[in-house]
Amino acid sequence: MRTIDKKTVVEAVAALCMEANRFLPADVLAAFARAKAAESSAAAREVFNQLEENAALAKETGLPLCQDCGLGVFFVEVGEDVRLAGGGLREAINEGMVRGYQDGFLRKSTCDPFSRKNVGDNSPAIVHFDLVPGDRLKITMMAKGGGSENMSRVMMLAPAQGWKGVREFVIRRVAESGSNPCPPIIVGVGIGGNFELAAINSKKALMRELDDVHADPEVAAMEADLLASINRLGIGPMGLGGGTTCLGVKVKLAPCHLASLPLAVNIQCHSARHKEVTL
Amino acid sequence: MAEHHLTTPLTDADVSKLRAGDVVYLTGVIYTGRDAAHKRIVDALDAGENPPFPLQGAVIYYVGPSPARPGRPIGSAGPTTSYRMDSYAPRLLKLGLKGMIGKGMRAAPVREAMETEMAVYFGATGGAGALLGLRIKDAKVIAYEDLGPEAVRELTVENFPVLVINDCVGGDLYAVPDLEAALG
Repeated sequence: MRTIDKKTVVEAVAALCMEANRFLPADVLAAFARAKAAESSAAAREVFNQLEENAALAKETGLPLCQDCGLGVFFVEVGEDVRLAGGGLREAINEGMVRGYQDGFLRKSTCDPFSRKNVGDNSPAIVHFDLVPGDRLKITMMAKGGGSENMSRVMMLAPAQGWKGVREFVIRRVAESGSNPCPPIIVGVGIGGNFELAAINSKKALMRELDDVHADPEVAAMEADLLASINRLGIGPMGLGGGTTCLGVKVKLAPCHLASLPLAVNIQCHSARHKEVTL
Repeated sequence: MAEHHLTTPLTDADVSKLRAGDVVYLTGVIYTGRDAAHKRIVDALDAGENPPFPLQGAVIYYVGPSPARPGRPIGSAGPTTSYRMDSYAPRLLKLGLKGMIGKGMRAAPVREAMETEMAVYFGATGGAGALLGLRIKDAKVIAYEDLGPEAVRELTVENFPVLVINDCVGGDLYAVPDLEAALG
């Protein structure tokens, strides 16, 4: 059994929050560069120019990439042979997030669902735990903004709808979202499982790198088909038209009930902020 | 695709020359307001009270900035998605609001009100919060401080870059998704 001090987790999580909000991942920047070179419309290229300049300015000034610093979503892989000293793991993650959002001058966006009163410190952190073999603790932080999250959906399809139904639902969802979620977007798709697992899988899928090709060739083919199809919508960067509506589609499958075909579409804006640490 | 440099407040003459696709650099005072602030402004109007800033010729920016770092007037300040303000916008347009800055599509009643009231919807680049925040030279909270990031602020901007999405003659810059091509 390995012991990790709570303080180590708090500090690591605070740093994750600040870094995720300030530094755009290299794969996203590379995708901007590729997409800009391929766009024929001047308006579309100008959007990429601004996004690249924005990323450079955030890095240089310490300002967050986007004013919407999101809800703090955490995927945590907890080794079965690791324990925390000095407090609980959920509490440590929450404390680290509160500190990171405070020290990093990040916007606090959690509020009461009805009174809309701001909680004030961005808490509570939304944490998903997975128990895994080993004595390590892997924490992935995602700063998920509201604009793209609002365009996401869960749908319980009938099994007979199959891949055709899945494909149509995903494409229509992106079409209906239009310019709202800050395209070019990344689309996470959870297929199978049940109501909540499909949703969690659609978000977990977004943690994969953009150029990562799925190990299962059939799933890889689904991802490639969805990406090409969505880009034929012509919504383009910021909805101004063009060939880059989507930078990547990531699918995560799970077995499901014989009566069900759960499907979740989690839309991620171009500011795909996530970062991980292994303790 | 013309380029304009405009100073706020905007006049009918300013708005009438703008067309969807034009690039505009705004200088002067603009006001912030998003979901919760809009509700309070409309509640104030219902109660016969004055809005927190003069609506005549005003430009409202749908934004909830991140906190200012020491030495800066404001943090990151990119646009939020505008459709959430659609139910309030026609009323404000009737009272003289001339410009709205946000991102994403507007509902038909808002587009119609822009035509009848001579107003315009500007798009700013979503997510470019650092870049846009650095074009804001001064910021102060003027109403609803308790709303935090959603409070109403008076911003002084210089060459703030926006794009005309909806103009006052029915022009709409947003691409219509080609579902047929995508579903193929």
